[in-house]
Amino acid sequence: MEDTLLSLQHITKNFGENSILNDISLDVRRGEFVTLLGASGCGKTTTLRIISGLESPDSGRVLLGGLDVTALPPEKRPVNTVFQSYALFPHMTVAKNVAYGLRVRRMNKRDAAARVTEMLDLVQMTDYAKRMPAQLSGGQRQRIAIARALAPQPQLLLLDEPLGALDLQLRRQMQVELKRLQKKLGITFIYITHDQEEAVNMSDRIAVMHNGHFEQLGTPEEIYDQPKTRYVAQFIGTSTIFEASVARVDGSRAILKNENGRFSADASQAKLTPGEQCELCVRTERLRLSRTPVDGFDLPACVTEVRYAGGSVLTYVKLHDGTEAVSAGEMRMADAMQPGETAYLHWEQAAVIGGASHGA
Amino acid sequence: MARNAEKSRRALLAAPMAVFAVLLVALPLIYVLATSFVQNGNFSLHAVFTLDNYRALLRADYLLVFLESIKLAFWTTVLSFVIGYPFGYLMARVNRKWKPFLMMLVIIPFWTSALVRIYGWKILLQANGPINGVLRALGLIDKNIRFLGSYGSVLLAMVYCLISFMILPCHNAVDKMDFTLVEAARDLGAGPCRAFLTVTLPQTLPGILAGCVLVFVPSVGLFYLSDIMGGGLVLVGNLIRDQLLKVRDWNVGSAMSVVLIVLSAGVYLLYRKSGGDDLGVM
Repeated sequence: MEDTLLSLQHITKNFGENSILNDISLDVRRGEFVTLLGASGCGKTTTLRIISGLESPDSGRVLLGGLDVTALPPEKRPVNTVFQSYALFPHMTVAKNVAYGLRVRRMNKRDAAARVTEMLDLVQMTDYAKRMPAQLSGGQRQRIAIARALAPQPQLLLLDEPLGALDLQLRRQMQVELKRLQKKLGITFIYITHDQEEAVNMSDRIAVMHNGHFEQLGTPEEIYDQPKTRYVAQFIGTSTIFEASVARVDGSRAILKNENGRFSADASQAKLTPGEQCELCVRTERLRLSRTPVDGFDLPACVTEVRYAGGSVLTYVKLHDGTEAVSAGEMRMADAMQPGETAYLHWEQAAVIGGASHGA
Repeated sequence: MARNAEKSRRALLAAPMAVFAVLLVALPLIYVLATSFVQNGNFSLHAVFTLDNYRALLRADYLLVFLESIKLAFWTTVLSFVIGYPFGYLMARVNRKWKPFLMMLVIIPFWTSALVRIYGWKILLQANGPINGVLRALGLIDKNIRFLGSYGSVLLAMVYCLISFMILPCHNAVDKMDFTLVEAARDLGAGPCRAFLTVTLPQTLPGILAGCVLVFVPSVGLFYLSDIMGGGLVLVGNLIRDQLLKVRDWNVGSAMSVVLIVLSAGVYLLYRKSGGDDLGVM
């Protein structure tokens, strides 16, 4: 693709006997906001370090704008990083910090100063130029770290869980600001987080990582509505997974059955054959409960618990074989079903995962 | 209630050290100070206060001796830094398994008397000694090199004895440093050299300064190393020794000692004023 900025090709990395990255490949387009999402230890930071050059892969290539940069040291790559700990130079003022990447490239003092002012304006820290990092709060340091990384106008900006140390309000605010900044500058962002809400809010595409490989790569909507593996289904959002076998396929709908009953799902995305085993992922907010059986579904369950969750009601049910499911519905507590009642499960949207027709 | 009990308990624990400090450190120093302000030998309460002993120090040749000592101390410090900092850096950055070994190399010399170790060097550097022997055997020289008695051999002895005091603070400073800062510098476009000069060096400067003070201050007073290595350098220490033991003028000798003490204290205070840590916690 012509507008591919970054291409990771079959990257493998081991630390001693531990395999950290296992043959990962990724193409990132110019101007994209891609997030590497995963739990601690899945290899996302290592991936970032390999892109920036702070770490070398054991095998595989890193291409930037078509050029093989695998052997290029970090100072020669047009890639900058916003570190998780910000890594501001304690012995330099804010202005000197932001100017570092410029002065190192021999920009003269006047031009550098102008650019520093421009960057500080961008992150709304203009008055802080003469302060020392120790005098700034966490959120302020974070903005300076971003300004410093953006000053040299890199082609690619890497952000390693930059909002992790901030409180919730500030984090939400910074998410919006970062996204806005990215769109305004048009710089390609690769972002790391373990917070799936953050990933869904900000990204053009998300790569869900697990044990050193990509489970799925897609837009937030694709990841959410069509998870390809059980891990992805469970990592993003809350859902219930039903294991079932295909009874028959009726055009675009498949009839599935298991011990608890029978139900249907949209089979247009997956190629299912009768008799095949598969898994069905139903998001909590899409799982509906009815007091009477619903056409196409035969899935009775017993209500075990009802909880209020600020705007919605969480109803916990137990199926015939002991499987527990959760349904989130916008209703008032008074209208919800009570423990002991029989609820008939149904839904309109569910994702088929696993099965022979799906690759992992 | 409990706080007062805690306070008096602490005072009690500190008492032995305080007594030690007063009896064995403070009192002798005060006595030296007092002796420097009187004439005719030991201090007594009937003696007359005078500044003559200090006036006697204002001689050109004494000043040269003083400068010679400062020069030696300066070069000792510089060499200790040039050799000691890289070693401290290495110690902090190598694979964990090498660290105990390297640390031992630095600490073991403390277990042996400095005098004995310097005599060891003297034997090695002799005209007919092993070093000359090896050099001749390798065909690199025809005649024995006269190491002893040269300025270099004195510097060697000084650095050899004091370098551990540079290595340890430098190592601690490098060890404590957050290396992500160096990574950030590299990431922003600085090569390894530039990153070292603009990040590592400034960040470890406190350790370097501590090392410099710990090497410089003793160096000014050290004279026996120079005597052993030969070369006839006359240093402040020689001067004081001669005053006390040869000329037997304890008053002028005390005055010289006071000047040396004040100089050392001055260096230390300068170091503290510029933000240095209390060197007791090395």
